[in-house]
Amino acid sequence: MEIALYIIFGILGGIVGGMGMGGGTLLIPLLTIFLSVEQKVAQGINLLVFLPMAVVALIIHFKNKMVVTKGIWWIIIPGVLSSVGFAFLASLLNGDVLKNLFGSYLILIAVYEVCSLIFEK
Amino acid sequence: MLVYLTLVKIPSILNKNKKKQDNNYVKKFKDKLILILSGIAIGIANGFFGGGGGMICVPLLEKVLKIDNKKSHSTALAVMLPITLLSAIIYILKVSISWDIFGIVCGGFVLGGLAGAILLNKLNGKIVRFIFILIILAAGIRLLI
Repeated sequence: MEIALYIIFGILGGIVGGMGMGGGTLLIPLLTIFLSVEQKVAQGINLLVFLPMAVVALIIHFKNKMVVTKGIWWIIIPGVLSSVGFAFLASLLNGDVLKNLFGSYLILIAVYEVCSLIFEK
Repeated sequence: MLVYLTLVKIPSILNKNKKKQDNNYVKKFKDKLILILSGIAIGIANGFFGGGGGMICVPLLEKVLKIDNKKSHSTALAVMLPITLLSAIIYILKVSISWDIFGIVCGGFVLGGLAGAILLNKLNGKIVRFIFILIILAAGIRLLI
């Protein structure tokens, strides 16, 4: 039964991710709330499942010349540095504190999404 | 006439050009600053919260680097891959990931990813987004209580 839920949540996250809406923000709370996976573990799993999908998709996108490389290093280099630092910080934090912060983060994203939905109209 | 040209007209043209260049330079500098700061924010999202950096990345590419909507989605993957790879390595080293769970979820995720890519054209994007917002809002509140 649990295995079925893991697969279903994976599929749900994948669908949302495949539609380009941030599958991770869905997968992490599904894992922690319904299957009581530890917050940090769920975060790590979400980062890891992104990798094979991104590699496959990128090979196709590069072949179709859909990737613009000009200027992106200005994002990638600071991004890599800060992600490594903040991943360390997250690993040091208590799981429950991280869970609360993540909850606020989700609400923030929801508010942002609502705003962008309204502005698009 | 000649005097007028050399003393007033030419310097003013030069000055105008210089001012234009200055503006351009300031704009480029500002853009780079935005890119760097957003890069840091993407790193915080992915490193600290384990995801969501792509949500910052796509509009950033569209608005600052002026990449069109479709290409900005694929380019965002290229930006997110190295950032996610490095933070994933930290999680592997510092957090004990359960690889059984990873294997099962990953299988589902790939299937779902394919389905999502196919469904993208068939489902109403706005309704799906609305459901997505409701779910993460509920999840966020649940995590805070």
